[in-house]
Amino acid sequence: MGIFDLARLKSPWLLHYDCGSCNGCDIEILAALTPLYDIERFGIVNMGNPKHADIFLVTGPANHRNKRVLRNLYEQIPEPKVVIAVGTCACTGGAFYKCPNILGGVDKVIPVDVYVPGCAARPEAIIDGVILGLRKLVEKGKKLRR
Amino acid sequence: MDAAAKIAVAILVAPWVGGLLKGIDRKLTARLQGRVGPPLIQPYYDLFKLLGKEQILATRHQMAWPAGFLSLTITSLVLLALGQDLLMIFLILGAAGVFLVLGALSVKSPYSQFGGHRELLQMFAYEPILLLVAFVIYKYVGSFMVEDIWTKKALLPHLWPAFIGLLFALVIKMRKSPFDIAASDHAHQEIVRGTFTEFSGPLLAVVELGHWYELAFLYCVLSLFWAHPLWAGALIALGSFLAVILLDNCAARLTYSLMIRLALGIGFGMAAINFAYLYIVG
Repeated sequence: MGIFDLARLKSPWLLHYDCGSCNGCDIEILAALTPLYDIERFGIVNMGNPKHADIFLVTGPANHRNKRVLRNLYEQIPEPKVVIAVGTCACTGGAFYKCPNILGGVDKVIPVDVYVPGCAARPEAIIDGVILGLRKLVEKGKKLRR
Repeated sequence: MDAAAKIAVAILVAPWVGGLLKGIDRKLTARLQGRVGPPLIQPYYDLFKLLGKEQILATRHQMAWPAGFLSLTITSLVLLALGQDLLMIFLILGAAGVFLVLGALSVKSPYSQFGGHRELLQMFAYEPILLLVAFVIYKYVGSFMVEDIWTKKALLPHLWPAFIGLLFALVIKMRKSPFDIAASDHAHQEIVRGTFTEFSGPLLAVVELGHWYELAFLYCVLSLFWAHPLWAGALIALGSFLAVILLDNCAARLTYSLMIRLALGIGFGMAAINFAYLYIVG
């Protein structure tokens, strides 16, 4: 493993976007930042800026109002990047499945790499999802260099 | 040590020391918050990751400014290592800061513009302190040259008010609470990322590397206050850094007007009192 791959694995910066979830998953994501779970152990930092992010955490279902914002944020993240759908709503639409104003899961708008189910997703599951996403991030980074 | 060796140490070793200082900062901050925290070499991982990212530019000339910031910061550190004029070194460091501001202002993003203007306000707060400290040192030593300052045994017993003034500049330069109004470190954000909002990938890595050089530079300037024996100066500098990190963790962010009042009132005021004392007494 080269130094760039190792660095990618050790320093993922998160961008968190709420598509209109009930805030259950968002609270669990923030719980992962607290001293109890302390994801900064893995070098993970919550960023407020898509231009600095590597991992895009999305909660809530995609709808007609937010698809433009979602795509815009996704495009602003520099390659290599990984999208993680957190919670049942972000995976499939969840409780809002087939509602007229809902498109469905986040993958209806942007490509999703890792799905973390759960209502709400547990912090442990979110951390596992991010670690799974890191492997994809390294693979994408290798492709980017070729 | 001859000049070539000094230049090599300043260019090759200094940034890793600066990065390690940042690592210590993050670890210590985590421990103060009851967390385990990232490994000590986390800033190095961050730097290499940023270097490996795709480059997105908002405007074409955006690339020039971080390069200017980095090269001028390196220049000021090299001149310090070579024992050159302290006033000139501080002015070159100020020019490096201006390059960073121009980089932030070169993009039309309102967040970046906010950051740029706040960065200018920060410079307005700390630049007068740095320049006056250079004059205070001149008044005591009789020379602006760092090699002459180096031969003096200890500056701190006579110049401690100026040193306190310098600590204000240090807090602002290190982007630490309560004075981190333009852009701040890791998780706590101020208007997205302030000055750094529009820098991404390798450009952000260049800015970060420049900041490491800056940290090493500040560490060297603080050590200068007790140059013989040098380990005492290094300990004083390390103590100042740890104090700044402690302050960062127990202070909230202030408004820009309070920052200017405190930095120019107390920081600049202490240095001015020191200057007046040296002028009248010694």
